[in-house]
Order: sequence, then C-alpha cells, then structure tokens
Amino acid sequence: MTHLMTIAGLAVALRPSGALWIETERALVVADLHLEKGSAYAARGQLLPPWDTRETLRRLSVEIEATDPDLVILLGDTLHDGAAGTRIGEDEIAVISDIAARRRLVWVVGNHDAEGPQGLPGEAAADLVFDGLVLRHEPRPGADHGWAAGHLHPCAKVRAQGGSTRRRCFVTDGMRIILPAFGAYAGGLNVRDAAYAGLFEGDPLAIVLGRGRSWPVLWTSLVGD
Amino acid sequence: MASALPAPFSNWFARRGWSPRGHQLAMAREAEAGRDVLLIAPTGGGKTLAGFLPSLIELSARPPRNAPPSLHTLYISPLKALAVDVQRNLLTPVAEMGLAVRVESRTGDSSVSKKARQRVSPPDILLTTPEQLALFCAWEGARAYFEDLSCIIIDEIHAIHSSKRGDLLSLGLARLAQFAPNARRVGLSATVDDPDKLLGWLTGGTAKPGVEPIIIRGEAGAAPVVEVLLSENKVPWAGHTAQHAMAEVYAAIESAKMALVFVNTRWQAEFAFQELWRLNDANLPIALHHGSLAAEQRRRVEAAMAKGALRAVVCTSTLDLGIDWGEVDLVIQLAAPKGSSRLVQRIGRANHRLDEPSRALLAPASRFEMLECRAAADAVAANAFDGEVYRIGALDVLAQHIMGCACSQPFDLVALYDEVRTASPFAGLSWEDYERVVDFVSTGGYALKVYDRFRRIVKGPDGLWRVRTAETAQRHRMNVGAIVGADTLTLRTAGRSGAGRKIGEVEEWYFEALDIGDTFVFAGQVWRFEGVKGADAIVTRSADKDPKVVSWGGSKFPLSTYLAARVRRLMTDEAAWEGLPADVVEWLSAQRDHSALPHENDLLIETFPHGARHFMICYPFEGRLAHTTLAMLLTRRLDRLGVGPIGYLANDYSLSIWAMKPMDGLDFDALFEEDILGDDLEAWLEESVLMKRSFRNAALVAGLIERRFPGERKSGRQVTFSADLIYDVLRRHQPDHLLLQCARADAASGLLDVSRIGDFLARVKSRIRPKRLEHVSPFAVPTLMEIGRERAPGVSAGEMVLEAAAAQALIAEAMG
Repeated sequence: MTHLMTIAGLAVALRPSGALWIETERALVVADLHLEKGSAYAARGQLLPPWDTRETLRRLSVEIEATDPDLVILLGDTLHDGAAGTRIGEDEIAVISDIAARRRLVWVVGNHDAEGPQGLPGEAAADLVFDGLVLRHEPRPGADHGWAAGHLHPCAKVRAQGGSTRRRCFVTDGMRIILPAFGAYAGGLNVRDAAYAGLFEGDPLAIVLGRGRSWPVLWTSLVGD
Repeated sequence: MASALPAPFSNWFARRGWSPRGHQLAMAREAEAGRDVLLIAPTGGGKTLAGFLPSLIELSARPPRNAPPSLHTLYISPLKALAVDVQRNLLTPVAEMGLAVRVESRTGDSSVSKKARQRVSPPDILLTTPEQLALFCAWEGARAYFEDLSCIIIDEIHAIHSSKRGDLLSLGLARLAQFAPNARRVGLSATVDDPDKLLGWLTGGTAKPGVEPIIIRGEAGAAPVVEVLLSENKVPWAGHTAQHAMAEVYAAIESAKMALVFVNTRWQAEFAFQELWRLNDANLPIALHHGSLAAEQRRRVEAAMAKGALRAVVCTSTLDLGIDWGEVDLVIQLAAPKGSSRLVQRIGRANHRLDEPSRALLAPASRFEMLECRAAADAVAANAFDGEVYRIGALDVLAQHIMGCACSQPFDLVALYDEVRTASPFAGLSWEDYERVVDFVSTGGYALKVYDRFRRIVKGPDGLWRVRTAETAQRHRMNVGAIVGADTLTLRTAGRSGAGRKIGEVEEWYFEALDIGDTFVFAGQVWRFEGVKGADAIVTRSADKDPKVVSWGGSKFPLSTYLAARVRRLMTDEAAWEGLPADVVEWLSAQRDHSALPHENDLLIETFPHGARHFMICYPFEGRLAHTTLAMLLTRRLDRLGVGPIGYLANDYSLSIWAMKPMDGLDFDALFEEDILGDDLEAWLEESVLMKRSFRNAALVAGLIERRFPGERKSGRQVTFSADLIYDVLRRHQPDHLLLQCARADAASGLLDVSRIGDFLARVKSRIRPKRLEHVSPFAVPTLMEIGRERAPGVSAGEMVLEAAAAQALIAEAMG
C-alpha cells in the first residue's frame, strides 16, 4: 500500500519500493541506483555477487510496469562510479534501452556519476522543475522552494513494542522530500544522523518501507544507530 | 615407577612429595614410540602436565647446538585465557626443575612486536589458539617455521571438535602434517561418550605406518556425590531463577571452603549474585564471573580465586573448561544442567584431588527442572554421557583455509585435495564440492564468469595456484577466524568528556528493550541507561532498588537428547519418584489422574479451552530449539487448515499453540507427518531472520564480506546491513550458490535442530496420544505462566514494529 500526500502542493505517492510517483506529470522518480557497485568492489578484491545491477533494474521494471509512467527520472548516482558504464553487462544495457525506447528517461546527475549516463540511453540533466518542486540529486538546505532529492540514502531505525527494525525510508516535511536509495546494494544513513540537520522545517516525518506497504512514522519513534 | 623418568623429573616429583601417575608415565613411554595419543582424564588428574611431560623430557635431553632456535611443541587451546593459565602452570615445573626451555604464548591480544619476535626467534613451546594457527597457515614462512615441530598438543579437545573452529583447527593440523610429517599429535580431553571417534578426529587420515594411535586413560577419581536440593519452600511451577531456594544455596556456600555456583546465562548470574549478596549477612567474599564482563574484571576474580581469597564465584560456562583456580570443594548448579556431559565437567571443577569425591548440589528452578535435575544426578551416578555430534566440515571454513594456503605458498590442486581430506571433518569431501569451493575462492563462484579478471587466486604457468596480489593476501590475514560473535555494544560509564571506563560487552538486542532512563543490573551493579553512542552503551551508576528485568531467558543450551530420554523415563517410572519432593510428586500424580503422563516413546497432546482461546500443548522433551522450529512449522500448517493460530510458545519440555478455534478434532497423525520438514521448512527458512544471520556468518568466514580492511574496522551493524542486501540479491539470482548452501546447513543444524525433529517425528509416528481436556492440565500450567512474559520472535517481527509505530503516527494525527 502506497502512502499518498502532497509535497510543495504536488500530489505524490510514496511507494513501498522507494520510488516516488508524481501523478500530474505521470513521472516515476528513483534515486541512487548505484548500478555496478558489485563489480566496483570486485575490482578491488571483494567478490560481491555480480547481480546487483540486474536486480535493481528488475525492481525498476516492476515499478514501471505497475505505474506506466511517461517519464522515468533517475535522481543521480545512478551509476556507482565513472567506469561503471564499461563494466555493465549486455543484458542490463538492453533493459535500460528498452525503457528509453518507450518513455522519456532522464538522468539527473549526481556526485558519483557527474558525467551523466556514460553513453547509455537517456538524456542528462542537472535538475528538473515541476511547478514549485525542484528535483535534483543533492538536498539544498535553506532553499525557499520545495525540492525532492536523494544522495543521503535515508534509513530509519524504528522502535516500538520493545523491538526495533531498520529500514529504508522517505523523509519529508511536506515541502521537501528525500528519497531512499533504490539500488540493491546501496546502504543506508540513519535519518537521526547530523547530515540531515537543518534540511527540514521542524521534525520531519519518515515514511518507512515495509513489506508491500509504506508506513508513516513520527520522528519521536525513531532512534539513532 | 618414578625411576622411569629422567633424574631431574623424578627428583622434582619426589621433592614435591608426589609420585608420577600411571598415565603420566604412559604418556612419556608412548611419546618415545612416536605415537599419537588421546589422553582422557578427569580434571585435576595432572592432565596438562602429562601432555607436556614428554616434550619437557625431550627438550631437557637435547644436546647444545649451534642451529638457530626452532619450535618443538605447539599447544593449542580453545580459550585465550587458558593458554595464559597453562603458561603459568607449565612455567612453575620448568622453573623448579631448572630446565632451559622457553615457553611463550601467542593470542589475538599479543602485541605486534611480540608476534614479530616469535617469528624470528621461535620459543621451544608455543601456546596458542586455533585462529592463530590459521594465521600461521596463511603466512609465507609457515613451512620453514614448523619444519622441526615434534609435538602438537590440543587441549579440551572435546569442547572444540564439534564446531566451525574445530573444522578450522582440523584443517590446520592437516597443513602442519605437510610441514612436519613426524610430529606427534596429543589430545587432552574430559571423559566423553565415544573416545574412539574423538581419537579418529584427532589423527584424521595421517596414520603413521607401524605406530597405531592409542587412548590413555587417567585413573578415574572417586565417584562424585551429587545431591538435588530439596527446598523448604515449594518448587515453583515455572521460572528460571531458583529464587525460592536461594537461602539454602547461601547456606551451602557457608558450609563450604569455596563454591562455584554455575548458572546457564549471564542474566541468571547477575540475578543470583544480587540475591546472594542480599542474604550475605556474614559478608562472605562472593564474586561474579561471566563472559560479558571486561577482561580485567575477570582476571581479578580469577586471581582472587587462585589466592583462596573468595568463598564463592557465581559463573557461567566461562569457568566450564579446565582452568585450575583454587581449592573449590563444592559445585552448585543453579537451574537445570541441560546435559550430563556438561554437568560432569562442571562437577569436575570441585576438588582436584582424585581420592576425595567431588561434591555437587543441583538447585532446580521449576518443577520440570526438578525432574531434569533428578535425571541428571542419576546420569552422573551411572557415569553416562551425552552422545557427541560429529560434524561434516563446513565449506565456508574450507574456503577460508584454501585462501590461507594460497597466501602462504602456491598449491597444487590435487595435492591440496588429498591434504584436506586427511582432516577428519572433510574426509568425505567430494571432488565436485572441492572444486566449487576453489572456484568460489578464486572468482566468487558466480554462474556467469563475469569476475574472471578479478580472480583472487590464479593458476600460474607452473600449474600451481597462488594469491593474485599481496594486498589480497594482507586482507585475508586480517579476517582469519571461524567465530563470528553476536553484535555487541561496549558498556561504558559516562565520563566527564564523553565515554568513560569500560565495564563489559552486551549484545545489542538487549538495549532494544530498554528506554533511556531505565535501570538494569550488570557486573553486580545497578546502572541507568543513558543512550547509545556509536558502539558504546553509556550508563551511570544508579541507586534504584528495583531495576528493570528484561528477560531471564532459559539456558542457551537446549536439553540434551540423552537427558531428555532419562526425564521421560523418570516420569513413567513411579518407583523413581521417591527422590522427588512431595509437591512435585503431587503434581505428577495430578497430571496422571487428570490427563496422562507422557510415555517414553509416544507423544502426549493435550487440547483444552482457556480464556477465550483454544490450546494445544504437546510434550516432546526435545529441547527449546527443536520445539521452536516445530511450533513454527505446525503454526503454518494449522493456518492452512483454517484453525487460526494466534501464537506459540516453546520451552525445553513442551510446545504450545493457541488458536481461535478448537483443535481437538484434528488429524494429529497427519499434522505431525514427517513431510512437515519439506517444503514448509524450506519456505519459512528462506524468509527468516535466522537464515540471514547464518548467511552473514558464512559470508564472513568465507571471506565474501570482511570484518576488517587495512586501516579501518567495520562495526557489526554495517556488516549486518550489507550482508542482508547481498543475501536478498543472491537468493533471487543464484539460489544454489555455495554460501547459501552453507547458510542453510548452518541454520538447519545449529539454530533449528532439524535432524532432532526428524528423529522425534519418526519416533512418535503413529504413537500420538491426544487428550481432550475440559480445562488446563497440571503440566500445562508452567507454559501458561510463561505466555506473555516472553515475546516469540516471529518472522515478521519487524513489520509488527512498523505497524505499532505507524499507529502512534495515526493517533497523533487524529489528536493533533
């Protein structure tokens, strides 16, 4: 079950997959795919399973199938590093090409992939603007407009009933929103971390990704690591 | 007899007023013949000295020489502290005999400079751990270092063989046999059920022609005197603390010179320690010892014991093994012992003189435990031991070992296969599995050969396999070992500027259940929890008289199969009830009259309504792990049958399931059909937290993920998180991967006790006795009392947390 709300006046759906759906634009937004993170580790001697790109794209395809968007926005750090484009497999390139052939595919650039899609299909952009909502990779503190960003890989440690669980999450104050990392191997940074300080007005709400459902959780139910 | 020993030794025995024991002389004799030996002797039988004696004799007779020093004897112990202690016990005779023998220890705690010095200039005798041996095996200089090795001694071999550490050690021994084929192997063990098998584990496939390995037995000591405490107070229906008998336990301590009070968990230790001090009007020096306390604190307690300055130590399994501290004349087992071998070992801690019997007192904490204690006391009297489990070597451990071999020197694929199979846990290793492991070490073992260019080990033009880069070798060496601990936080006092003194280590989950400001007991003190900072849990002292009790839990060891069978027999043998207190006999009789007593080889199932729920309770007596697994599987089946199960609870004796609808009309034979271990188990396991934990451990041991990188150390939390992500991806895209196979095997044996459930289901097949009752039975009472006290950890516990937290958000929205 998806969590519905408005960000900067725009109706959005916060999907349990970690994708953001903007209804008026028919746009599906995902952040921090970090494709080819596995092979980046392998090159340095740690042989993580090489299936992360395949798995991330599979999850993305499921989301595209479910929402049928006109526009697919990759919100930065889509590729794990500057050489990821040389390591990515044929099958995976075919999946990306297939998406780009049928819909508009935009690569908002991030710090890991500042040079854009490295020859992969789709168009590069520094940011996108819908009404009052600016979509870019890094959150910008102090901005007086609404924004949606990624970069921080938010994750929440939720405590209740004498137990706790740590999950990826959206974090938002209704004007601004940070998306969870979508990549299969992307780690998470606790939203109680100092890196989030000053980004939101007051205590933000975490929308935590559960099994098939996104759960809104109050700031007071969240703890640090 | 003493004349069989060289003069310095016989004189030393004479000076001390001792004469060498038969097994000590036998050890010297067999060493001369070059035989591998398993020495089985009770604690206090001079076992350690007997192990070292042949080496000391050889070393003292060695002519002066010009050759550089070389290692003569390698001693391996499962405990870091034990290696330190033996050094003390070994150094005394060496010094008193004036032998020119250099003895040194080497553990993970040894300084870098000491380790470096030991490599350049080896001592005559080196005392170390299995992990350090694995590190040696991954070192380029290993072959030359061990070339002159004459003797390998493995202490407490019964405590290590059946574990991943045992697998690792066994592979290390196989390696040493390549470097020093003539080195003798000596195993030191407490009494075990099947010594021949243990000897087989020790020698593996390295038999030396003409010198058969043998077993030497120390003289049996006087039979121990074991009593079960019959309290003035009634035996409680349920619980784990034995609080009702604490005054009597205290009186027993007062009557002894020095007592060891064994408990099964550290929280029981903390509780018993508090209770005993509450009663301690005579101000007896009573101390506390468990694995979570800071090492310095433990060393202080051990030193005080050795000096005879203490009257009692409340301890956990940390004092199970052979450390010889002080004059203990009474062992008290608080709460049930769970197995007869462990109990015998613990009782052996008392009275290290063989001519006097060890004295032990068992203090059961509940009625079922009373039966268990009675059965355990009878088992000790009959000198009966739990059967040991012999493992098939774990492939993740093999992966680590193969990588280590490649780091040490280039290896030939076939030669290493032959070598590995001389380690007994790997004797049955197939060539296909071996090749899979080598492929995993080299390329990660993925279905598509995408990582060929990133191989960690490569085959050279000479046909030998070697590590690809020096950096890869260094990273491997930083991550050697086969124990992966639970994630712990360091408990620290709040200092003026940040974190202060370290008090101990506590598992992370413990703090999940505490709120900031809560008080709890640790190291015999009440503390206020102030919060978690990084890897530290910060606390301040508190004067709170009523600290929060998180969970007393039961034993972490499940009831052994052997002891369980004795308990079942005891219940049906009314003549044996004589040794039980009146209230327990009354309870058994009431169970017999109102319901039925479980028989030795059947399964009693009771169904009854209670409150608004319907209960089904069965009594397999197969231990908590097996019961928990079975309960979870039954719950799935009942759910499919539309019974609407709501919850379950498992303890060492019984398992109960409660539901919306009555369960007395069910086809129990079908419900307990053995095929329950098929698809249902598979489906549940794949999703379970246990499986993720097993995968993480296997991935760490096999080197897929690393605990330490050059220059940094990952915290447990980071490792957990990324391991879960890898698990999810691997499960979907390559479900037959080597490490998933390892994780499944580990979960099935270690955490779920699947084979025990299989044996149980076969045993009770068509012997199920359903009892439809109007109300709760006497045996069901303990379970009903436990319900609500413990949370059953379910698969979807995390989802429940989210649901509860989201409800708060909803309330806030509605009220705001």
